[in-house]
Amino acid sequence: MINSKYFFKGILCAKEFDSPAIALGLSFLAIGALLKNLGFTIQESIFSTFLTYALPGSLVMAESILIGVSLLNLFFAVWLVNARLYPMTVSLMPLLKHQSQPRWKYYLSCHFVAVSSWLILKNNYKDIEKKYRVDFWIGIGTATWLIAIFSTILGYYSADFLNREMMIGLAIINPIYFTCTMIGVMKSIQLNVSIILGAILGPLFYLISPDWCILIGGFIAGTVAFVIGEKNVS
Amino acid sequence: MSANIVLIIVITSLATYISRFLGAFTSEIIDENTKIYRWFNYLAYSTLAALISRMIIFPAGALSDSNYLSRFIVVLLAIIIFKLTRNNLVYPTLFSAIIMFLLSSFTI
Repeated sequence: MINSKYFFKGILCAKEFDSPAIALGLSFLAIGALLKNLGFTIQESIFSTFLTYALPGSLVMAESILIGVSLLNLFFAVWLVNARLYPMTVSLMPLLKHQSQPRWKYYLSCHFVAVSSWLILKNNYKDIEKKYRVDFWIGIGTATWLIAIFSTILGYYSADFLNREMMIGLAIINPIYFTCTMIGVMKSIQLNVSIILGAILGPLFYLISPDWCILIGGFIAGTVAFVIGEKNVS
Repeated sequence: MSANIVLIIVITSLATYISRFLGAFTSEIIDENTKIYRWFNYLAYSTLAALISRMIIFPAGALSDSNYLSRFIVVLLAIIIFKLTRNNLVYPTLFSAIIMFLLSSFTI
């Protein structure tokens, strides 16, 4: 089934000092408090993080409840904001593929694809034998997923003690963590172009289409970076 | 649990899982040494960068209560701290929360 040695190795990756788990935990703490303020019960809050496990999607869900959109609109709004998970999964799964591993592991563990777990795997996969990378990935995913769930519970129960300023302080953690991570990985011209151009085009296209800005901005920036990369190789 | 909220959660999780599932499905025919894999890798980084900058410039949730200048100062300080601490991720993350809290407390 799952190789326990690599599974626990993956779990332990989340506890390192500069692991994305810290930012993830604090961000879901804010989500837990937000869900309580929206009138969710503790069971519903846990159920939400358990099934969704994507921060921007949870924020869109919360906003949609506040303004009262239809279920169809909610579906498309969440799908668009979480569409980044598609290229992230495509860029992750080939690193884990091995013919000896069953397909269900990949389809089940794709639920763990989120920025934090994705970054942990990208930083550590080279040290793991390819045959066991999917077990290692399931360990990383389980750890980050459980952190998100427990932080949601903690946030839910601490909501009464968090004022508006504290919520703002918690809300900046996630974007700051990922901004620094992105700066940290900018080590080639292609990655520099994809990240800088993506960061410029995303908000720029927001002015034209708030729903599609991430996809269009990301698509153009990533494609330009790819073309530059291929030209460099040739 | 309220049936309406459960339905909202199920719709949200389905809309999220679709991208993950399609990604896993597509990757069955993609090898890590191919051009298309490299393209998807850059797309992943660029869409992530687009999302992060959108979250900072046009935020949703609690962050939308803060002003542009506060967010700009916090991002700038966080990057400086990140570089000064030789790319350590914990210090800028924690400091950013504290600075943002202080700036929000003293500005409207």
